[in-house]
This record gives sequence, structure tokens and C-alpha cells, in this order.
Amino acid sequence: MSEKLISVKIDGKDYQLPSGMTILDACKNTGYDVPTLCYLEGIAEEGACGMCVVEVKKARTLQRACVTKITDGMEITTDSPGIHDARQTNLELALAHHPLDCMTCDADGDCELQELAYQFGIKKSEFLVEKEAFEAQKETSWDTNPFIQFDPQKCILCRRCVDSCENQALVEAIGVAMRGSRSVVSTPFNVPLEQTDCQFCGACVQACPVGALVEKPRVGKGKIFNLEKTDTVCAYCGTGCNITLYKDKKNDLVMARGIDDALPNKGRLCVKGRYGYEYVNSKERLTKPLIKENGKFREATWEEAIAYTATKLQEIKDKYGPDAIGVLGSSRCTNEDNFGVQKFARAVIGTNNVDNCARLCHASTIAGLGKALGAAAATNPVDDIKNVDVMFVIGSNMTETHPVIAQFVKENKKKRGAKLIVCDPRKTDLAKVADIYIQHFPGTDVALLNGLMKVMVDKGLVNKEFIEAHTEGYEEFVKVVSKYELDMVSRLTRVDKALIEEAAMVYASALNATIFYTMGITQHSVGTDNVLSIANLALVTGHIGREGNGINPLRGQANVQGSCDMGALPDVYPGYQKVADPAAREKFEKAWGVRLSDKPGLPVTEFGEAALAGHLKAIYSMGENPLMTEPDITHVRKGLEALDFLAVQEIFLSETAELADVVFPSAAAYEKEGTFTNTERRVQLLRPAREMPDDAKLDWEIVSLVATKMGYSMTYRNAAAIMDEIASLTPSYAGIHHWRLEKGGLQWPCPSDDHAGTKILHYGGVFKRPSGKALISPVEYIEAKELPDKDYPILLTTGRILYHYHSGQESRRVKVLDTFVPRNYVEISREDAEALRLEHGETVRDSTRRGSIDVEARISEKPMQGVVFISLHFREASANLLTNAALDPVAKIPEFKVAACRIDKI
Amino acid sequence: MRMNLEDRLNENPELKKQFDELDAYIDEKASQQGSLINVMHRAQEIFGYLPDDVLYYVAKRLNVPRSTVYGVVTFYHFFSRVPKGRHTVSVCLGTACYVRGGSTVYDRVMKTLGIKAGETSQDRRFTLDLVRCVGACGLAPVVVIDKDTYGRMTPDKVVTLLNKYA
Repeated sequence: MSEKLISVKIDGKDYQLPSGMTILDACKNTGYDVPTLCYLEGIAEEGACGMCVVEVKKARTLQRACVTKITDGMEITTDSPGIHDARQTNLELALAHHPLDCMTCDADGDCELQELAYQFGIKKSEFLVEKEAFEAQKETSWDTNPFIQFDPQKCILCRRCVDSCENQALVEAIGVAMRGSRSVVSTPFNVPLEQTDCQFCGACVQACPVGALVEKPRVGKGKIFNLEKTDTVCAYCGTGCNITLYKDKKNDLVMARGIDDALPNKGRLCVKGRYGYEYVNSKERLTKPLIKENGKFREATWEEAIAYTATKLQEIKDKYGPDAIGVLGSSRCTNEDNFGVQKFARAVIGTNNVDNCARLCHASTIAGLGKALGAAAATNPVDDIKNVDVMFVIGSNMTETHPVIAQFVKENKKKRGAKLIVCDPRKTDLAKVADIYIQHFPGTDVALLNGLMKVMVDKGLVNKEFIEAHTEGYEEFVKVVSKYELDMVSRLTRVDKALIEEAAMVYASALNATIFYTMGITQHSVGTDNVLSIANLALVTGHIGREGNGINPLRGQANVQGSCDMGALPDVYPGYQKVADPAAREKFEKAWGVRLSDKPGLPVTEFGEAALAGHLKAIYSMGENPLMTEPDITHVRKGLEALDFLAVQEIFLSETAELADVVFPSAAAYEKEGTFTNTERRVQLLRPAREMPDDAKLDWEIVSLVATKMGYSMTYRNAAAIMDEIASLTPSYAGIHHWRLEKGGLQWPCPSDDHAGTKILHYGGVFKRPSGKALISPVEYIEAKELPDKDYPILLTTGRILYHYHSGQESRRVKVLDTFVPRNYVEISREDAEALRLEHGETVRDSTRRGSIDVEARISEKPMQGVVFISLHFREASANLLTNAALDPVAKIPEFKVAACRIDKI
Repeated sequence: MRMNLEDRLNENPELKKQFDELDAYIDEKASQQGSLINVMHRAQEIFGYLPDDVLYYVAKRLNVPRSTVYGVVTFYHFFSRVPKGRHTVSVCLGTACYVRGGSTVYDRVMKTLGIKAGETSQDRRFTLDLVRCVGACGLAPVVVIDKDTYGRMTPDKVVTLLNKYA
């Protein structure tokens, strides 16, 4: 849009407006009201309905404001009897085939057609075709899925759903078929929606102005004016989508909508955001504290349970010392909860044995990016994707794990023609649309990345100026990388040499390039090496520290970033201030009024071994479920069973809670006030969308009660008060307070109350390391700890699927999600299936040296030959019975992504 | 799609020839924007109609969403998703033809062939269509069979005419 200003007269008043604007935008910007129906800004701008017509002087006819650009000297009239008549006629045309059944419509009160009819006073359309509106059914049979209901009778063919599918979801699962009065929104060939590429994100439902498209689970659950709405943050992945939740009069959540004008999601949600709230309504929620007696739980009062826990912990502390106790924070809990729990561990128990589930996903990011760049976080916001020319995605199945971010990636490719490079052992949905797809063998990331960088070094594609000015360690790095001849790299990774060369050229020569990575990089015994290699890639090309350039690890859980920022880690206080650093320790000792341990604690992945060895006697867990999420859970169970005492705060009786001595019922994320920090470092405010169960308490509240009972007073008025303490102790959060977040999220570092937050880290190549420069590290390829052999000839890799989430505690209690994907399965290539004589859908036994599970075999084009994939969400066939507990030596993250297995017919 | 087609193509040389012909046309047109309708035209010429798997194939080859292909095939009257007869009979019921007895011609064709507009006779000889004006009003009532136009039709004449087409 050109910035040239032109003169426009609207309703007789003169305005100077930028040329290139539509009349509708001009009217909106100057405060004139023009009705619209088929228009959705940036999504649906087709000018189909004719509600926005205005008069333009000298134009022969009325003009559609949404598609007509303003011109110099244009004189616009926004309302007149003539305009009103035209709009009314167009509205009556839209109403001609619409069944006037608002009484039984779920969209009643939430319907733009109804609202316009009300405004224009239309009781009955002059053009009403009674037979079509009330009787004749249009042919459609595509809404057999559990998520989306389509009533073609109510559809006014505005195309907003089609446009949102095309421009927001970027799936194009629906279109308009037929012609004239038979026109209907349809899937291709009218097949059921689940047979299309539909991801059930529900963008179409949110875009529908009437009740034609409705979320199935909300049908009959109440009309909008009887629901109470709350704006909060989605509790699933780390994207941190802003979401509006609707509560009915029974305190059940019944509907979710994306918030249109909020970053990062701009109205988008995925299937879990749109439908996944239901677990909070579950009858299985814990409502009373439980104490185990003679192997059985009985209900207890809060007083009794708190006293019991405090006494037990005190006994163990007195007898074995504070380091005999381990504490777990959680990436599903708020910053305030995690701050509370690590303070409890450090100031009350006196140990640094505190960790959280980030250990299992991004510990290697913290170690790797922290070492290379001086800050362990995504460098650029989601909204910056639109500035990227080459998107380099490695080890990230983002269409399933971060669906909304994947939508922006696909949008950038489609609208701006940005190039997409995907490196993934599995041919994911994103890989299918990539410009360059590299299918490398699992666990060979370092070899691949070194190969790419060798090409860059050899061809002079590295950014010498950037390396010189902003980095150190390049010389050592070149010595290592130069050994990675492409023939060798190609042999190790099983990737064609030419493809590696092409990817290297495209990434290195891009004007703006950003890397996205996820668990495919981090969950290896060489996870830290992988991350360091990623950092090298960005540093040697200078693709970091400005718009469109950076490294974005995508965070798996809603508050992975935050739980780490809060110091729910064994070696750092909030803000990554090291416990081993006397100055930092002194600061926290002063603030908390106690002596603190200078000894870094154990990571959660070593809790089990320590328990078995008798060093760890008790674990206090806030919402963690290691019995599903850690590798080799048979071994983890032995560790937990060896403990003298296990206390758990939970919303459900999870696998881990079942083993506990005491269980506290806590509030779910949608019932909390507090903050989550999303994958782009955006600290966002959660607001309670429903009442928590009667006798449940907030997580930080429970921890505070135990702490106080143990003789250390932890009394906070509310979560905002905790955030104030966080701000006072954490430089990067110093300017973050709830009252500021009311107006929207803030990206850390935000060092003061008047600081607007930091969009892009390391801006201008300034790194928060002692030298101010980033570190380029020499990284050698080391193969995975357990590779296929004679007995276990197939490589097993694990991960997530779109419709479920982690240990399944939430998503499996969402009826529509669990109906849609009710059981686990193993994805196997056609070649392997044929070799093993397996049929699609047959139950097979997948075994590793640790255990075995029986799952359905699904022949899929995703895995390469010799590799199978199993998701981790299903307790009845838990992938982590199989996984290898080999740890990264630095980050202590387990190797979830590579294990040797065998598949047998049963 | 081609993957699943592969076996069928190997078994059926005739089908393979048809797909090869379509491929050649797509290769020629693929780089052009908006070649979908041309390709569909050609496909209908080759296959006689547009079976769903041919449409899936076209969508994949042209990298066009299936929803778009479906929208186009159902929008244009010209395209057919069901097999057509060897000959297409189009009876015009535009205003001029109508007032000069087009409907009696249409009735007789229906009766003779035993099918309604849009249908194909069991022996696959004829597909019957109704059209609204073919631009030959001076010759009304008009019947078009394949690419030939016949004017001043009467119910009796049309029966004789149909017998000429095998």
C-alpha cells in the first residue's frame, strides 16, 4: 500500500487518506458505520453480499465498499434512503432461502444475518421461497465427523467458510459446488470431511456468520447470551493462542473461539484449542485431598493432608537431608505456580532438586542456545514469519504439534512465495508441501547440518562480515566441519548429495531466513549437539538478530518457556541466574531470608536412579506425570515405588498420582488466574473461565500451605502478588505485572515498567554473553545410543499426533478427540509392512529391550523404510514402555526419538 | 493417486494409453496459470466423461485443490461425471424453439429413447440433454446431435433422424 495521501469526502466531510485503501477501510478509519455480511478482514473479501454498498458521486451504480478502492477526489455517501433500500433488498435476497428457525438455532444471538434483519426490521423476506427455506433439503453428506456440523439449509453462500479454509487454515478442504439455486458448500466430491485434508481447526465454524456451521459438541448446550465468556490463553501447546471460552450456567465450558485481533494467533485455533477444553468439565476431576492408607485412597480434609505432607517431608529432610527430596514443577502450570514450587524447594526444603517436564522436551535448547547465544529462547515472534524468505524447518512436525504456527508458515509460502525447506525423517504434512524436502535418517542431524555448512564454507556462502563482527570460535568450527565430505554425509544421512547442496545454497543465500525446530532436534542423546549445530547454521550465515532472521525452537507445552524462566530447573534460579553463582545466590537468600544450597540439583531424568540408589526418598510433584512421559517407564515405576513418600498435586488421578501417598486436587489452567509464557517469550494473562471444583485449590496456594505448615511463611494475596515478586528478582521479567498484561502480552526481556518488551532477541547481533559475541562451536556427529541390529532390526521414533496431547490426561477426556482417535497405532512403511506380511489395521506387537506394546499397524507414507513411529499419548499402549532412557550428557534429555525395536505379528 | 492407479494401468493398456495422452497434454499446459478448465476439457474428450479418479489425478498434477476441481466440474454443464452415450442429443427449449413446438419434439425423444434429460440410454447409444437456445432461432425448433444442428424439427422427423445414429 502506497503511503501517498489523497483527498476523499465522506458524508460531506474532507479526509486525507492513504491511496490503495478500500472505501470500507476508509469509512472504518474515519468512524463511519457500513454494514457487512460476507466480509472478513484479510480472509474473505469477495464482495458477494452487497450489504456494504455506498454511493460514490459520478459512479453509475452503488459501489461495494469492501472491494472498491478510494481515488483522489472521491465523494462517498455512506447512507441514504436509496442505499438503505439497496441494502435491504440484498439482505432480503440473503434471507430468501434461509429457514427462519432462530428459536432452535445454536447461533441465535450470535448470528450476523439475524442482527442485520433486526436492524433493518425484516420480518419476512420479500423473496422468500418457502419451499426452499423450510422444506427442500440440499444434498450433502459430508459432516459425518464428530467436530463440525453443516446445515446447508441455513447457509447463505457468503463463502466466508471457504475463504477461511483457503486463507487461514490453508487446507482448502471445502469449496462451493454446483450452480445457481443448487449451489452448496461441499467437500470435494461430497466425501466425508475426514477423508479430505481437513485438520478440524474450525476456522470455518468461527467464520460462519449464521448457524450453518456449528461445533458439534456445543449443539444444544446453550445460546450465546446465556453463556459467560472469558478471554484467556489456550492450555495446550506453546503457541499460546488467545482464546475466548464460554461457560454455561452449570459451570461447564461449552465453546471456544480464537480472539481475532490478538497476537500470536489472530483468531486461529487448532482442533485441540477449539474442542479440547472439555476435560475441565470431567466427572473424573479430583475434588478432595486423598491420603493413601493400606494401599487405598481415602478422602481427607485439607488440614489433615497438608499436615501429613508437611510432617512427612520434614521427617525425611531431618533424617536424610534436604537433597533426599525432589520437587517437580510443571510446564502445564502457570509462572506463578512454578515460581512458588521452586521457591518451596529451595527456600523451604533447602534443595535444588527441582525440575519440570521441559527436561523432556527442550532441556537441550536451554543448554545449547544458552551456550551459543546467551539466551535460551525463540528469537523471533510468530508474527515475524511474514518477513521470512526461506523457512528452514527441521525435526518439527508442526502441522500436528503447533498447527497454528504451521498455518502461518504455509500462509507465508502461499502469499509471499517464501521457500520452505523441511528436514524430517518422517514425511510430515509440511514436508509434503515443502520446496525442498530432506528425509534424513533419525539421529543424523549433526551430520546433515555439518554437511550443509561444509557446502556453505566451500562455496563461500558464509557471511564473513557477520562471523567477524558478531561471533567467536569460527576457526575451530571450520576444522571440524571440513571433515564432513558430502559423500560421507550422504551415506550417514541417506540423503542425496545434490539435495544437501541445494538446501545449503537456498538457505545461505536467502535475504531473510529463519530456522524452526522442535523435538526432532532436542530429544536425542546428542540433543545439545543438535541445538549447537542449529545455532552454528544461523550464525555462519548471519541469519539471526533481525526481522525475518532467527532460530525458533517451538515449545511443546503452554508454559515450557515460563516454567524454565521461573527457575523450575535444578541449576538456575528464576531468569537463569545460576545457583552456583554466589552473587545470584546472595540475592535470593536476601529476598527469601534463608540460606540456599549452592549445589545444583538433580534433573528429573535422574530422580528414578537416585530413588533406586536410596539417595532420593521423597518427591513432591506439581502436575507432573512421569509414569507416562519419561522413557522406559517400567524403570521409572520401580524408582517411584522405592520412594518413602510421594505427594502429587493433580487435576486427575494420573498414572503417577495413583502411586502417591497423598494427592491434592488442584485447579486446571482454564480455572486459574496467572501467566503463561509462550514459545515467543510472550507473557500472557490467564483468566479463570470457570469455577474450579469445590474443594480444589490453586497450585501455588497448595505449595504455600505446605511451606507454611513446614514453618516457612508463604502467603500471597493472589497470583499478581507472586508476579510482583518474580519481577523484583528476575531482570528479564522486571517490567512484567498483571496490571500491564491486562492490555495484552509482553515479550521478555522487559526490564522495566515502561519497557514495551522485546520482539526480537539478539537484535543487531548483540549477544548476552561475556564477550557480547555468539559462540560457534565445533560439533562432531555421534550416532544414537541404540541402533537397529539383528534382534531389533527396526528404528522406533516417537512423538505426538494432532488430536492428542502428551500423556493424554486432558485430550483423552475430550469426547470428540478420543472418539476420533481412540487408540494408539504404529506407522509403518509399505515396504516394511510387506516384508513382515502385515495388513493395514492388523494388531502387532512392538517390542524393544525395555518392553512391548500391542498396537494397530497403519501403513503410511510418512515413515521411511526401516523406521516406525508411535505416539506417546495412550496409557493402554504407552510408547514410553519402549523408549530408551539414554541421556544427553549435558542437558540430561532422553533419547525419545531413536530406539531399536522389532515388530511381530500376533 | 497415480500410485493406486499404477496397477490398474499396467493391467489395462487402453486406460494407460488414455492417461498417457492426458499426461502429454498436461505437460504441455502445466506451466500456464488457469489451465484447469482446458485440461478438464481434454480429459473429457479422452475418457468420454470425467470419472472421479481422473479428476483426482488432474488436481494432483496441476497442484489445484480437489475442492476447486469439484467446484468446476459441478458448475459447468458441459462436464459430466457419469459416462455419456456415444451420441449426445440436445433438444432446444429456448423461447423460439418452445413456441414452435420444441416440447413435443422433446417428449417424443424421451419416449423413443426411454430416458430424461441428463440421462444416458442403457445401450449407451444416446445421452439426452435439454438446452436453452443454441443461437439458431431461425431454424426453430432445433435439435443438436453431437456437432450437427438440425432445424425445423417435428416429432416424426426426429425419430427418423435418431435412427441414423448407431
